[in-house]
Amino acid sequence: MAEEADDRKPLLSKKIDKFFKGLADAWNFVRRYFQEVFMPPFEFKELIHQCYRIGVESLPLISLTGFIVGIVFTNQSRPSLSEFGASSWLPSLISIAVVRAMGPLVTALIAAGKVGSSIGAEIGSMKVTEQIDAMEVSATNPFKFLVVTRVTATTIMIPLLVMYTDFVALMGSFLNVNANEMVSLTTFFFQVFESITFLDIWSSVLKSILFGFTIGIVGCYKGYNSTKGTEGVGRAANSAVVISMFLIFIEELLALQIVNAIRNM
Amino acid sequence: MKEKVVEAIGLKKSFGDLHVLKGVDLDLHRGETVVILGKSGAGKSVFIKIMVGLLTQDSGVMRVLGQDVEKLKTKALNALRLKIGFSFQNSALYDSMTVKENLEFPLVRNIKNLSRKEKDLKIEEMLDSVGLPQTINQMPSELSGGQKKRIGVARTLILNPEIMLYDEPTAGLDPITCMDINNLINEVQERYRTSSIVITHDLTCAKVTGDRMAVLLDGQFRSKGSFQEVFSKAEDEQVKSFYDYNFIES
Repeated sequence: MAEEADDRKPLLSKKIDKFFKGLADAWNFVRRYFQEVFMPPFEFKELIHQCYRIGVESLPLISLTGFIVGIVFTNQSRPSLSEFGASSWLPSLISIAVVRAMGPLVTALIAAGKVGSSIGAEIGSMKVTEQIDAMEVSATNPFKFLVVTRVTATTIMIPLLVMYTDFVALMGSFLNVNANEMVSLTTFFFQVFESITFLDIWSSVLKSILFGFTIGIVGCYKGYNSTKGTEGVGRAANSAVVISMFLIFIEELLALQIVNAIRNM
Repeated sequence: MKEKVVEAIGLKKSFGDLHVLKGVDLDLHRGETVVILGKSGAGKSVFIKIMVGLLTQDSGVMRVLGQDVEKLKTKALNALRLKIGFSFQNSALYDSMTVKENLEFPLVRNIKNLSRKEKDLKIEEMLDSVGLPQTINQMPSELSGGQKKRIGVARTLILNPEIMLYDEPTAGLDPITCMDINNLINEVQERYRTSSIVITHDLTCAKVTGDRMAVLLDGQFRSKGSFQEVFSKAEDEQVKSFYDYNFIES
């Protein structure tokens, strides 16, 4: 249904009312996603297309960023460790930092900027140019075609991109360690796998799934509810990035508390 | 009298304090073209969006092909939508798809068991009918405004609708392209035997395409009838001024 103006009188002040109405709308949007994702017909072709766009087309940027993060973090950590004569711990330190926090966080923030804004702008422009209405009148469910496919694609692809970023960052780190400490690839990765636990990997994967879902759902929600023509499209893209980045940090903080609690059990 | 395919009774619609439709009545009979004229923001597009269930009325009844649109469940509403072709003001072609994919989109989702060859034939036939077979592999961004309108019409015709709705078909086009679009509306009417509602504020378009006119002003149809009936003896000042500000060939 197209958006209709709400002529009810605000209960509290206008801003507070708008905030809670926004929350309720967002909750209904998330709920609708879960209702429709398991209901046929399934748009597999569009899902694969979106997975390709989100995953494969993000690879160059993710590769470069992951690689640089690996090198820079190793370089920055070396002096502190060397002070205690513990530079041999570099692979362990880097692996823990990359797998537990930096890999998921860096990937999610880059994806929020690249993928989230593109989803927000694309769906927003479809909304203001009546393409979503055109889908609806041709008896196609636009929510299923546009939202379900994109959110599912980000939820699938972000964890895969995180694993890839982890690998690339560790390779960057290895090159740095190898150049300075003459450590071989086998020794480096032996130390890496010795330091990270099953819980680290699983928490990283689950966190990435949550980040991917957040990026997709926020981008789609902002685009799907954009108004006021081209200005609204810009706003949708912008707020998709800002809100998903904000939520990613909140989720990271919550995930950290949960994982630490599990670790201390 | 021919069968009524659209029947609007006492239709009201407001957006907040803005009362767009204040109890309008309109009939569309099989095979005829009704033109709804009115100023921008008069509620013309709202009226046809209620017809396809994109908006819901506050009160009144909108009956299309004998079915009360407001009361239809999603499945029945979608079945009804397949019988209605909606040509949007800005064509609403899917930007990320080629012309061929745009035409294929409603086809593959609504007609099952079509072979690749049958789909291609249908698409070619539709593009021929709007005179643009050469655009098949082009992107919407590579088309002119008039071409986009034509492709938009072809996309709606591909499901063989019984009713065609044209939302501002000539808006933003040069006079020659406007004439081409007007002729296309008449050709579609003749070839596919559709019943049509044309929303416009272009009186040339109204005169060339419409069997009956309905002038929507201040939320109500102020004048209804043939073009001559509505404008030659217009007593309503607003209807008169609507005519005076449009250039009409005698």
